[in-house]
This record gives sequence, C-alpha cells and structure tokens, in this order.
Amino acid sequence: MTNSIREVPLSEGFLVIGSNTTENHPVIGSMIMKEVINQGKKLIVVDPREIELSRYADYYFQIKPGTNIAILNGFMHVLIKEGIFNKEYVEKRCEGFEAMAKILEKYNPEFVAEICGIDNPEDIVKAARLMAQLKPMALYYAMGITQFVSGVNGVKSTANLQMLLGNLGIPGGGVNPLRGQNNVQGACDMGALNAVYPAYQPVASEENKEKFEKAWGVSGLPTKPGLTIVEMFNAAVAGNLKAVYEMGENPVMSDPNQHHVIEALEALNFFVVQDIFFTETAQYADVVLPACSFLEKEGTVTNTERRIQPMHRVLPPWGDARDDWWITMQIANRMGAQWDYKKPEDIFEEIRMVTPSYAGITYERVEKELIQWPCPAKDHPGTQYLHKEKFSRGLGLLTGIDYTPPAEETDTDYPVILTTGRILEHFHTGTMTRNSKILDEIVPEGFVEIHPNDAKIYNITDGEVISISSRRGSIRIRARVTDRSKPNVVFIPFHFFEAAANELTIDALDPTCKIPEYKVCSCKIEKIYL
Amino acid sequence: MQEIKFTINGKDVTGGKGQTILEIALKNGFDIPYLCYHPKISKTGACRMCIVRVNEVMLKTACTEPAMEGMKVITEDEEIIKIRKGILELLLAEGDHNCLYCDANGACELQTLVHRYNIDQVAYEYPKRNREIDYESSEGLKRNENRCILCGRCVKACGEIQLSNVWSFTDRGGHTHLTSGLYEKIGDSSCVKCGACVQLCPTGSLSFQTVLGRGENWELTKESSICIYCGVGCKIDYYKNKEGLLVKTIGHDDGPNRGHLCVKGRFGFDFIQNGKRLSKPLIKRNGVFEEASWDEALDLVASKFIEIKDKYGPDSIAALSSAKCTNEENYLMQKIMRAVIGTNNVDHCARL
Repeated sequence: MTNSIREVPLSEGFLVIGSNTTENHPVIGSMIMKEVINQGKKLIVVDPREIELSRYADYYFQIKPGTNIAILNGFMHVLIKEGIFNKEYVEKRCEGFEAMAKILEKYNPEFVAEICGIDNPEDIVKAARLMAQLKPMALYYAMGITQFVSGVNGVKSTANLQMLLGNLGIPGGGVNPLRGQNNVQGACDMGALNAVYPAYQPVASEENKEKFEKAWGVSGLPTKPGLTIVEMFNAAVAGNLKAVYEMGENPVMSDPNQHHVIEALEALNFFVVQDIFFTETAQYADVVLPACSFLEKEGTVTNTERRIQPMHRVLPPWGDARDDWWITMQIANRMGAQWDYKKPEDIFEEIRMVTPSYAGITYERVEKELIQWPCPAKDHPGTQYLHKEKFSRGLGLLTGIDYTPPAEETDTDYPVILTTGRILEHFHTGTMTRNSKILDEIVPEGFVEIHPNDAKIYNITDGEVISISSRRGSIRIRARVTDRSKPNVVFIPFHFFEAAANELTIDALDPTCKIPEYKVCSCKIEKIYL
Repeated sequence: MQEIKFTINGKDVTGGKGQTILEIALKNGFDIPYLCYHPKISKTGACRMCIVRVNEVMLKTACTEPAMEGMKVITEDEEIIKIRKGILELLLAEGDHNCLYCDANGACELQTLVHRYNIDQVAYEYPKRNREIDYESSEGLKRNENRCILCGRCVKACGEIQLSNVWSFTDRGGHTHLTSGLYEKIGDSSCVKCGACVQLCPTGSLSFQTVLGRGENWELTKESSICIYCGVGCKIDYYKNKEGLLVKTIGHDDGPNRGHLCVKGRFGFDFIQNGKRLSKPLIKRNGVFEEASWDEALDLVASKFIEIKDKYGPDSIAALSSAKCTNEENYLMQKIMRAVIGTNNVDHCARL
C-alpha cells in the first residue's frame, strides 16, 4: 500500500477493483464499510462477481473477467475528455500525459462497455465524474488486478488513474494493493525473489554484488537473475533443475496447472520440504523437516501497509519441530558456512545493515512504536504514505496501456469462463484453516458457483455434484446455483484438495513479473449421469 | 481541540471540548464504573452505572455528559453508591446470573461491579424470563440471553465495527430482548463470526464455542503476536490455559486492526495443536517415509545439495521461500541460496 490502513477514514471515497475485501481482508473491509454505510462516503466497485461491497456501491461494474484495463481506460478517457482530471498535479508531478491521452482516445464508454460486457456505458461517465469530485479517493485492489497475463499492466493502469486524479502522495489517497499473506510484503522486502537482494537491490548490479560480498564475507555472488516459481517447475520438467529446498509452501495446491507441478516434483533428484504439516506437496519430498508454527516462533513480519511488527513465542515448539531460521542455518553450516545467529534479533541486526529501508528499525522500536518502512535511520519516524513530494523516479510516469485479452478465450470446446479465489472462512491451500475445527465446520467442502441460467441449460440443481474440466484437468465438485457472477462465468475457491481449482487453471504467465493467470481460463461444465 | 479545565473529586483536570466527563475521568485515572459504555463504540447512556454528581446537585451519566469549563464532578458519594447498588440489584434479579456455570466467570464486568458494591443477595423477586439459550446454531458463537443486561454493546459492535448489523433489540419495556438477523437463530443469520460482539460483551451472555472446559478465566495467560492469515497484520492476544492449550483470541488495540478480527483470526488457531503436526524429521527410503534424527536429516540435505551443486552447478538448485515465515527466515533463505549455494533461484508465493 502506498498509504496506511488508519487513513481509511480520511478518504472521501473508494474505488475497489479486483478485491473481495470483506472476505479476504475483512478487517479493512469493515473499515471501508463503516465509512460508506455510517459516514456516507462514496464507493465504486469493479468486480466480475457480486461481493458484499458491491451492495453498498454507488456504482458497481460487473465486468467480464480479465477486462480491468479496459474499464480503467474508460474512466480515464472520460476524465480527459471532460477535462476534469487534476491538471495541476499532472503538470507538476507527472510526465507522459500526451502519449497516454492519445492511446486513451479510443476508449469511449461504448467501446469499453462492449469489451467489459456491461449494459450501461453512461455509468462509466457518471462514475468518472464522481471520482473527480472525491478528494481524496483511495484505490484498493488485490489479486483481481494482478493474476492475469496482463497483471503488470493492470497495476500500472491503477497508478495511471490515481495520478490523473492527483490521489498519490496525499493522506487518504493512494494505490493500495491488499497483500494476501501475513508476510508477503516482508518476504519480498527480504529479497526472497529471483532478481533482487533485500530492499529490491538488483542482483545484476556489480555494485550490489560487491556490497553483499563484503557484507556476507563471500565472493563470486551470482549476477544472473534466477528462476521464478513457475519457471522452476518448467526447468525441472526439462531436466535442468535437480533439487528444490521448499520452506512453508504448498505448490501442489497453490500453483496453476497441478498436473504439471506434480510432474516437475517427480522429476527432481532431491526435494526437501520444510513445513508444519505433511502437505499435499510433502508426499513428493525426499526429506521432510518439521518447522515451528507461527505461535512457536519469534521474529518480525511486515504487513500490507509496510508496517514491521514483532511476533512473540506463545507456545513451545510442537514435538521436535524447530525454527525455520535455525534449520536453514544448520543446512548452511553443514555446507561449509559459519553462521552464528543465536536468536532472530541477531539476523535482524544484519538485515538492517544491508536493507536501507529497514536501517532505522530495531526490535526495541517495533515493540513500542508504529513503524512503516522506509525508515532509513534510528531517529526517523518511518513513512506513513509514499510519494509525498515526488515519486521515487522523480516524475510520475503516465503510460498509455492498451487492453489485451486473456491467454485463453472461450471456444466451442471450453465455452465457460472459470475464475478462482478465496472465501472468508478458508485460506489459501487450506493447510491451516481446514485443520482448524470451527472453520472447517463452517465450510467443509469446495463448491463451484454457477448461474441459474447455466444451471438450467446443463440441467443442474443446487447441491448436485458436477464435472468441471479444462484443457489441463478435470474435477468433480458440488454446484452452488447463484447469480453472483454473470451467466457463463463460474467461480471456484481453491482451498479444497478434493476438488482443486488449480487442476484446471492455466499456467500462462505475465511476461514481466511471471504471475500466472489464475483469474481467468476456459472450462466446460458437464452433468454427471449416474 | 479547545482545552477546558474543571475538577474531579476536587482535583484539577484538563480535557478537550466535546469530550465526555467519563472519557476525561478515565484518562486521568478516575475509576467510574460503567457497563454500556465502551471506547470502541458510540455512546449509549443506558445502564446509568456511570452517574456522577455535577456541581454538587445534578446527577449526570458521565458517558454522555460533555465536560464543561469549571464544572465540579464528584464520582462517588453515598447517594450514588445507593443508586448504583440499586441498578445492580435490578440487573441481578432480571436474569440468570449464576456464575458457577457461566463462561465469563472471573472475566465478567457485572460480577466485578457486584463485588465492588458488596451485593450479597438478590434483593428483588422478579420473574426470571426464560429467554433464548442457543449453544448450537453457530459454529463459533454461543448465546445465553438470560445473562444479558441489555447494554447494547453487541448491537453496536456489529453495526459500527463489523457493519454486519446482525444484532438488534426487539419488543419493549420489560419485554425488551435481543434478536439476530430476521428473528433467526444466530447461526442462521448473516453473522460472519468475527466475534466482535463477544469481545465487547460485559457478561457471559455471548461467548465463544472454544472456551468452556478449557480452564477458568483467572488461570488463562496471554501473549500477543501477529495473525498468520492475510496481509492486514492484525495484532492478537492469544490466550492459553494451564496445560498450554490455546483457548481464545482477542483483538489487540495497538495493531492495525484496532482490536477487530475476522473469523479466521478468531477461530483459525487450533490447527497448531490438532495432533496432525509434523513432529519429527522424515527421510524417504525406498518410497517410504521413516522418522530420522535432526543430525541425520540435516546431514543428508547438506550432502545432497553439495553433491548436486558439484555435479550440475549451483543453478540446478532452487528454493521456495515463504510469505508465512518471518523476515529473518526469508532473509536467511535468500542468503543460503546466494551466498552458500551460489544461485539466484529463490522465489516465493508473492508471484502467485
């Protein structure tokens, strides 16, 4: 998030696009609901599936999955055509306006409505006019923007809109991606990514190489960026990747195109899984190492608003389970390293030395203070919102982006659009929530949401077990007949191994960031005749 | 905020214009009892426990009365004690307040006040209405309305914090009681089981399914940590009993959540202790997993990595790090891959 959770009350309105906030980030969802319902703030929602927030929205656009960029372009087209964007802000703080305006010319409301499959083009005009009045308006998004082959472009489009409206670098505004895991922000900050060291310092830079060689007392650090997750599995199948060390992930459940993942894991010479449970992935391992759960460990995590918070040891380790950091250190030392960390704080002190945005943060401070990075020095208070006076690159870059269709479009063989996501009561691959008694009792099994019209066409009744297939696989799953999505769009939550949505999803990737297109692929629905 | 000065029990205090007597009193360490008031919700002024004497004559509810420049507040005198006792006696007579079989025993605000005002018997015979008991319909919440004092905190918690508006009052006068949804049982209503109402309930009227039989309230100990689920990073107090079993979670006010939680933060913790956890290192031999010692497992991993690195080069090894692990653990994972193995093949589920 460019801005902070506590700024929700400072916004005059919200654009929520590709985020089912009340189910997936419920505490922030409630805060937005409070402003909208109890304080009369404005709300615009864009989502292919009806969500709780759409009920309270001033404008709700039920777009076809994968058409975010088209509708964002549509809003910007109106803002520019009517001259109601923030001209002063664009002039002073941005560049690239003319080129972008040119690309946006053709995105008139009728053209956009056609792409997005929405009925009222004039609502795009009205919503854009409303946005122009909301000073400030905050934009919230989640995986409904990113999980596409055009994910990076989708993110850029959200930034384009907020710059055009002058909503970046001010309290209550911002482009606010809601991160889906409790420390996904921190894992990225720490350089658990193929191309960057901690604090996003590129591995390809000679200067960074020298810096880290000095800090770590080693030589010959690699400068060639590594493989991303899906590329790793491709490399394993191709025979180029021989061993994988996996800590706290469950790719068999979480990655697209499950059959391909399993093929990859089986092709490996050596596979280590370090986890709290014997997951769906662990069965393919050669060695399984039992790790401490989150309540059995100490350390820090960084939330969606860049806030670093301490975790405390609530319980003793389960059985013979050990801290993940201890296990990694043991492996490193048995490979010849001489690491000597006694406790997580020792590691954090090293992190501070090599991570400029964390340099001013200490264990003592996070116990007492609310600190958000960047925090370059011990006497720096941290940063509530980013891009205050200027953007990191100086001027904000407006980029014209054309709408591009998803990788797999429907055809006669696979005529239905499949989209996937999470539900309130469960989390990701279900490793934790499906092992939590109460949560599993509330929603014990998976389901596919199917529109009443489609149910009629395929002769399916509510609660019936049906078959859903894609080019990658086929599952049997219980039908939930509901008009939350439009006809010809079905939704499956991916938490349930018995009916794993990711047997069906496509592993087509965004060319820049390599995120798979979980949010849209083609499938077919079949009734099961007994 | 414009500053105002006045006295409480003869002591000079300052507060902001528009703040209530209770807010300023609590901030300055004065102990005024209350039941319907809660800092997280709007003012109610229903229970009358917080009455104070203003300017020697008037009795005002401190939770709703704005503090005024120069006013003299007395927080307790003989008459106020008598009134407070009277209110408590009426509350006790109206419901079924038997602490022996109440989930909130030892953590009940009504019980605390009954002790404080030395009430040793129920003074009135009053028809104990047989109000709703529902221990079954919801997977997460339990309800015994005979312990309800109609303070309205749950109604406001649901309407002002969670915004689900499940609870409301129905009927009138002595027949007033709570209802959920469209006169449905709580489990059949649109309740999302965030537990905000339970967290604010001053008595045992609302409770969690996880607490009964897991230790007395005064035996529980708590420690704060950060929720394991989404990226909001809610700060949570985890309560455990003498045996070390997790009992319940309460949202912590200092976190970004400001005390609020969702159903996962509230009930998604028992996976840690459900007996299915991995407890020993496992090594697969001839297709079967066998338990091994840490030394054995770690030596095997290290020697295999060395062997594969020597044979196929460092780029033949990759690591999947985790958005569920701490900063420190992620840092070490990228460090071992880069500095020890010599590859940038490290990634995690941020991309997924």
